[in-house]
Amino acid sequence: MNYSAGEIWLIILALGAGTFLVRFSFLGVLGNRSLPAWLLRHLRYTAVGILPGMVTPLVLWPQATGGQTDPGRIAAAALALAVGLWTRSPIWAIVAGMATLWVQGWIMASSF
Amino acid sequence: MPVSSPRTAYWRGLTTALPFVIVVGPFGLLFGVVGTEAGLDVAQVMGFTVLVIAGASQFTALQLMYDNAPTLIVIASALAVNLRMAMYSASFAPHLGGAPFWQRALIAYMNVDQTYAMSITEYETAPHQSTAEKVAFFFGTATPTIPVWIGASALGIVLGEAIPPALGLDFAVPITFIALIAPALRTLAHVAAALTSVVMAVVFSFLPWNLWLLVAGLLAMIVGAEVERRMGMGR
Repeated sequence: MNYSAGEIWLIILALGAGTFLVRFSFLGVLGNRSLPAWLLRHLRYTAVGILPGMVTPLVLWPQATGGQTDPGRIAAAALALAVGLWTRSPIWAIVAGMATLWVQGWIMASSF
Repeated sequence: MPVSSPRTAYWRGLTTALPFVIVVGPFGLLFGVVGTEAGLDVAQVMGFTVLVIAGASQFTALQLMYDNAPTLIVIASALAVNLRMAMYSASFAPHLGGAPFWQRALIAYMNVDQTYAMSITEYETAPHQSTAEKVAFFFGTATPTIPVWIGASALGIVLGEAIPPALGLDFAVPITFIALIAPALRTLAHVAAALTSVVMAVVFSFLPWNLWLLVAGLLAMIVGAEVERRMGMGR
């Protein structure tokens, strides 16, 4: 990494200010004016529309393996999804996903 | 229906958020560790953590800085990851738009994936609460989430390289997001939106600057809304 301290702080401050403005945008400007039904209908699918897309490359091409597809991580992600769907509980989904990874790591470590 | 007030709404938010501390903690810890290893000093790591409070975009910025990308590209890409929050902000507006300016500013500052997901689920499940209750619920979810996020990053700086990579902390990030999505797949429309998002993220993965995420997200929202309209289950 070869940035000057000034450049790094420029990145931090610009990202911080920009992120706040994005978060404040509609909440700050619109106030309690009502939004049209078609817009509300689209906004209902914001989280479920964006987060799966953000996760997909992280699961398929994880940075920890240098972008190599890793069956162990895909299995962990699949199990987290299955348990989340089944229990409707984020916590059990996380426990299932991370446990899958740790058990694999433990088996790998003990087989050498 | 139990009698509700801002005070009980606050505590309900707080107890809802408490279990997520075990999720936010490792995430923040990881940023502290990775940021320090990448060469940022203490003030810079904490600058990101306190001023940006958006893990995914912080990791995006860090990754690009690691690759020595131009400063403008780093800022634009990391901001693009956060553009989804404009949609979070818009979906909060009908619920929290009546709150005082300072409350809306504070909510905007603390509107991260976790506090958003918990709060919007609450507002959609029980839409007829007062604005004060909805605000209180949000601050309840933020009370454990934000300090743990900041504290864990600080701890990550201290721990540095002492954390064994075998813990698979890198994968806590996608696991967290999957865990937040899965229980939200309540209807066919939600499932259709999620599937569209996954497929389009791959199809458009060639787009630079994280634009694929915005394209996939927009298409997924359109598909979700259209499925809902055709199923005739609008509110």
